[in-house]
Amino acid sequence: MPGVRVDANVGGSDAGMNANSDPGPALLEVRGLSKSFGTLRALQEVDFTLRAGEIHALLGENGAGKSTLIKAVTGVFPRDAGIVRLGGAEVAPRSAKAAVDAGIATVYQEVNLLLNLSVAQNLYLGRQPTRFGLVREAEMRRCATELLAEFDLHIDVAEPLGNYSVAVQHIAAIARAVDQSARVLILDEPTASLDRHEVEILFAVMRKLALRGIGVVFVTHFLDQVYEICDRITVLRNGRLIGERATAELPRIELIRMMLGRELAETTSERAAAQVRQVGEICARFEGYGKAGYVAPFNLALRRGEVVGLAGLLGSGRTETARLVFGAERADSGSASVDGKPVRLQSPRDAVAHGFGYCPEERKTEGIIADLTVRENIVLALQARRGLAKPLSRSEQEEIAMRFIQLLDIRPPEPERPIGLLSGGNQQKVLLARWLATAPRLLVLDEPTRGIDVGAHAEIIRLIRELCDDGLALLVISSELDEIVTYSDRVIVLRDRAHVDELEGEAIDVSNILAAIALAGTAGAEAGPS
Amino acid sequence: MRGLPPAAITAIVFVVGFALCTVQFPNFASTRVAANLLTDNAFLGIVATGMTFVIISGGIDLSVGSVIGFTTVFVALAIERLGVPPLIAFAAILLLCAAFGAAMGAIIHFFDMPPFIVTLAGMFLARGASFLMSTESTPISAPLYSTVSDFALRLPGGGRLTAIALIMLAVVAAGAVLLHFTRFGANVYALGGSRATTALMGIPVGSMTVRIYMLSSVLAGLAGIVFSFYTAAGYSLSAVGVELDSIAAVVIGGTLLTGGQGSVVGTLLGVLIQGLIQTYINFDGTLSSWWTKIVTGVLLFAFIALQQAMLGIARRAGPRKAGVLTS
Repeated sequence: MPGVRVDANVGGSDAGMNANSDPGPALLEVRGLSKSFGTLRALQEVDFTLRAGEIHALLGENGAGKSTLIKAVTGVFPRDAGIVRLGGAEVAPRSAKAAVDAGIATVYQEVNLLLNLSVAQNLYLGRQPTRFGLVREAEMRRCATELLAEFDLHIDVAEPLGNYSVAVQHIAAIARAVDQSARVLILDEPTASLDRHEVEILFAVMRKLALRGIGVVFVTHFLDQVYEICDRITVLRNGRLIGERATAELPRIELIRMMLGRELAETTSERAAAQVRQVGEICARFEGYGKAGYVAPFNLALRRGEVVGLAGLLGSGRTETARLVFGAERADSGSASVDGKPVRLQSPRDAVAHGFGYCPEERKTEGIIADLTVRENIVLALQARRGLAKPLSRSEQEEIAMRFIQLLDIRPPEPERPIGLLSGGNQQKVLLARWLATAPRLLVLDEPTRGIDVGAHAEIIRLIRELCDDGLALLVISSELDEIVTYSDRVIVLRDRAHVDELEGEAIDVSNILAAIALAGTAGAEAGPS
Repeated sequence: MRGLPPAAITAIVFVVGFALCTVQFPNFASTRVAANLLTDNAFLGIVATGMTFVIISGGIDLSVGSVIGFTTVFVALAIERLGVPPLIAFAAILLLCAAFGAAMGAIIHFFDMPPFIVTLAGMFLARGASFLMSTESTPISAPLYSTVSDFALRLPGGGRLTAIALIMLAVVAAGAVLLHFTRFGANVYALGGSRATTALMGIPVGSMTVRIYMLSSVLAGLAGIVFSFYTAAGYSLSAVGVELDSIAAVVIGGTLLTGGQGSVVGTLLGVLIQGLIQTYINFDGTLSSWWTKIVTGVLLFAFIALQQAMLGIARRAGPRKAGVLTS
């Protein structure tokens, strides 16, 4: 059953659907696929069509459902609803192995081969040529050498795979999959850790496979690479299909809008209220701050009572900027100062000592400590700042916990409840409370509204505004552009790990941000292809 | 890890050690000493071969010493008290051991339990069961036992290569072939590399785990039979701590304790190094035999440090780029 397609893209170019001049016959058809984890609907009636011999980009921001879609198709997760047809016949693999047997192979970013075995063993593990029960090593090496030669890879296959670069490992993984008669090859962010030359090698392999009639699904967040190699693009957002287009007919701005955007009309009205706000003096300044291969050097000044939004695509350097500011990653260039005095931020400890706080994106793994109570989670940073020699008494802890439970309206208002039992929104509030208890001057929030239901979402945004009115400086990262527009006094736009633009005051709106992301530095240009 | 394989370093240590002993005791270098080294450590060589498979696959088997003890008691009681023909008793105990190992492997796999805990439980179980059967040492006087202990290949120079030494060498040889030249062996290395990845590559991880622990327990049972030949008795307190000796032999033999790398031949050398120290102490006559443990401990430290250093070097060297690439 084809599902209801939510095509939220803007403008009149909707006719791009199936507009490719000559789409081949469908090789892999996904129809109405749904998958929920508890109450979270990770995929809602998603359709996906892959044709033989095409390279098809699967795009979307974090949480869009790309990985869930891949895993539901390849049997890693059972699916709740929907069907998958391969070459017209329905397939429902129960495991990754069953998917490979059916002809759908996946190569993940972390190469799924064994680095301690030889290249040849990796290619033929479980299907080595044998005679009288013994592996025919010489024969296996000959086959392996020939197989890799098809991909223009000439290496000593007797060496352990771990001795070779990630690019070689990826090609070996692809070779193994293709040799096991894969018809569909899914590459999940294969280029994330490759340099330019290695990417070209991989692309040559992908083109060769497409010529053979194999359907290649390419998941990535490097849009340049998408435009370089992909025939078609499917975009997901928040677990829904946004649209499928031929690459040649989809301008970059339109693509980014599909990945990030919402209807522009919705957001403009919300902006006005946030507009007028007094900002104070600069409380933290970073000049030429950066780290080679991580984020290009940037200048950043944060004023009291100001919200600075960081906007950009996944992998553009938003979280990286936050981690540098918080000292979780050491800068190798530039200087930082707090209240005009130069400081060195070598570790999060230094940052906390200067009154910085950081709520990371991965709330479950890097933020909350699920087995501890709400009270214990709230006092954690404050206690760490005071040092273990000066413990907070139980009554002090309880007082602090109750104060923030009331202030932030944490529910249920029970300080002794393990935080793991709270909803996502309330967990986020506890994390906010943890840092607010230390009376910080700068708070960094990475995706504060991720995975939070709509009601709590609005509350978190309200809290962010109120915090600033009290003179706190906030640096907020979000993929939700309308959200950034709503609360930011200034928006810094990132692209390809560099700060490329800065928008202030009236200039802050979704279309300008989109344009800045797409065009990098020419924010004044007209947004949209029309 | 390029350059010298770890097992070669073990071989060098053994040769150097043997040479030092010869310098001090001129009659050390004889076939007699060499043959006795093999005979005295036959049971350890057999059980350590099984342990090599387990450790390379990323596991550990703490139950083997207890299984040896259990086997000696079981065999002694079956032959002496119940009058079971020895060969039938052997077949029965090997089947029992296979079932025991399979059960441990199945629990490890299907309940996703750490091998350390499961085989620790197996260790207590087997030791307790052997005490339950008998707390006394039971001598075995079956004719087969005297036949086996009389049998030996005479070597030039007066050495006697005994039946149990031959059994051990055969087990090591078969183990080496199984590990290095079969699909089973490749899968063992694969498991030690990464269980999840091995499963994704379509290897039946569950049945592999069961078979690996089965192999270890069966070899422990065989080692128990050999031990009963060696002592001509069954005693519930025999082979206490042998699981640790065999782990030490495996690690000294160059196998990574974290799995994924190692060799059976290295393990044999690890066993022989421990035997060499013991022999040296016997020759000296004044040293306490506990020095064996101390030197083994020092060697163990040295080898683990060596492995870490080599891993560090390999990591610093970084991965190599592809050879000839055209795009």
